[in-house]
Amino acid sequence: MSERPGDSIETTPLGAPKRLLAPGETYTSVTDTIASIPLNNRPPRAWYFGFFFGFTLLMLLMLAVTWLLAKGVGIWGINVPVAWGFAIVNFVWWIGIGHAGTFISAILLLLHQNWRTAINRFSEAMTLFAVACAGMFPLLHLGRPWVFWWILPYPDTMGVWPQFRSPLVWDVFAVSTYFSVSLMFWFLGLIPDVATLRDKATHLWQKKVYGVLALGWRGSAAHWQRHQSAYLLLAGLATPLVLSVHSVVSFDFAVAIVPGWHSTIFPPYFVAGAIYSGFAMVLNIVIPVRKLYQLESVITMRILNNMANVMLVTGEMVAYGYFIEAFMAWYSGDPFEEYMMSNRAFGPYGWVFWSLMLFNVVIPQVLWSRRVRTNLTLLFLVALSINIGMWVERFVIVVTSLNRDFTPSAWHLFVPTVWDWATLAGSIGLFFTLQFLFIRFLPMISITETRELVAEPEKAVR
Amino acid sequence: MKTESAIFGLAAEFTTHVDLLKAVHAARAQGYERMDTYSPFPIEGMPSALGRKPTVVPLVVLIGGILGGTGGYFMEWYANVVSYPINIGGRPLHSWPFFIPITFELTVLGAALAAFFGSLAMNKLPQPYHPIFHTPNFERASVDHFFLCVMAEDPKFDRSATRLFLESLQPLAVSEVPL
Repeated sequence: MSERPGDSIETTPLGAPKRLLAPGETYTSVTDTIASIPLNNRPPRAWYFGFFFGFTLLMLLMLAVTWLLAKGVGIWGINVPVAWGFAIVNFVWWIGIGHAGTFISAILLLLHQNWRTAINRFSEAMTLFAVACAGMFPLLHLGRPWVFWWILPYPDTMGVWPQFRSPLVWDVFAVSTYFSVSLMFWFLGLIPDVATLRDKATHLWQKKVYGVLALGWRGSAAHWQRHQSAYLLLAGLATPLVLSVHSVVSFDFAVAIVPGWHSTIFPPYFVAGAIYSGFAMVLNIVIPVRKLYQLESVITMRILNNMANVMLVTGEMVAYGYFIEAFMAWYSGDPFEEYMMSNRAFGPYGWVFWSLMLFNVVIPQVLWSRRVRTNLTLLFLVALSINIGMWVERFVIVVTSLNRDFTPSAWHLFVPTVWDWATLAGSIGLFFTLQFLFIRFLPMISITETRELVAEPEKAVR
Repeated sequence: MKTESAIFGLAAEFTTHVDLLKAVHAARAQGYERMDTYSPFPIEGMPSALGRKPTVVPLVVLIGGILGGTGGYFMEWYANVVSYPINIGGRPLHSWPFFIPITFELTVLGAALAAFFGSLAMNKLPQPYHPIFHTPNFERASVDHFFLCVMAEDPKFDRSATRLFLESLQPLAVSEVPL
């Protein structure tokens, strides 16, 4: 795909483009580029296509959930011993996708990686929507979702409290804290940009809606001082939080004694996998959106190249995790662990394991080539492969570990039903519906931070 | 408009943050104290140029975190040791390592709630009305222009002298901000 001329000029000795923003951008031009997307009344035709794709799948989710509430979890393929089927696979997958958003917005902010500016708002929104999709699955898996609040601590008339020694209760706190903190971080960053939309809006309804959301923001020095302090502190809080959330998710597995789950490598390996799949999802969304809305001058090739590098690094960590899992299964000398590994690779789900190796370990190695990292089509396809691979990884962890544990008489295969697939597809629909609404109505790139790059170009060169 | 009606202050409009910062330094040198600036992005060094003290947001966040963490641990202890003791795998009732993940999460939650609601409350947001919005061209303060407002409550404020001073800074415009 061809790039704007501004993209290719001025490269560093290693060949990476020097500038984050194309030359000649001003406060006015970056504001207009970004703010015109939500303020423009006619989104491009591809937006309608994408929105209706997501909305159709969302309707499938409604159908699947209605049927689930009517009939119970028996409509899924789960059984004993595979009581955690797609619901938990999807839960871990979505949570992981969300983590890249926090990684990009919080950790890269603390590390002064200014290239994050073009994608942070976008990925924070992705975090929120992915966590919303994730949070839905354990609730649906409860069997009786209408009494979900029994898991929350409150002095109830039954005289019962949650069992705080259980990783599943930790999960409730980790995921709900994660959602709340992500929402506050996202909204706090949005306030000044929404104020820009309020001031640039031409229609009365836009002025009213954005005016209410901007809370009366006026960009005063006192406002900015507290806003910056709170924003930075939220970033500092989100950083250990994102590591803790996926660690707690991995405890759901690692604290149990099931072979293939009971492993100390799980927390770091889950966190690396989360960032891996999250960056892949950001690329899968950003590449088409950048093309569609002509954002090449703001989301430059250098940014996409950096994201590909992060995927490469976290991908190697994940591959190392797979290797250590297999090594420890052998080195432990534990017959159940050894059997789990050989069953995982050569048992009834062997083909799933090898497709995981293909999608997640073999294909992403092409990212070592700079030509692949800067080719939008190839980069999109590699990111897609990683997204599929990370979903398959969670399937391998959940299903191949559970279906054959200690007692052969208890072994049972898991076969997903059409309702399993419908719920997975439906959650993708929910995600894309929310994502497309976000692109339509809110600035998908932080206008404030882009202006800071205009004001101080030396920051942008780094 | 009556010329002698009370006003909020006088606002000068600039096109770069460097000019705004220079104007603030000049105004401080002239002895003006009650000022505020309005800009489309945070400007490094502006709070100290205006003579503002460091913000107390970090202290509020620290208190929020401490309350969240201790409150969370107390809740777990009270629930699982006092109110509803139950034997789980023969472990002690007060098995504190198990209580750490939730204590950590609630520390972060308490601190984050304090950061979000604390900073908004200190900024007095949401605030639907403020006189500065009457400034001509102020809608560009959130886009590409930079405003310095010397408030009428400043002891040194004088409608014509302050206007002359602000005009000497070569802004795009100087305008009265009606109350």
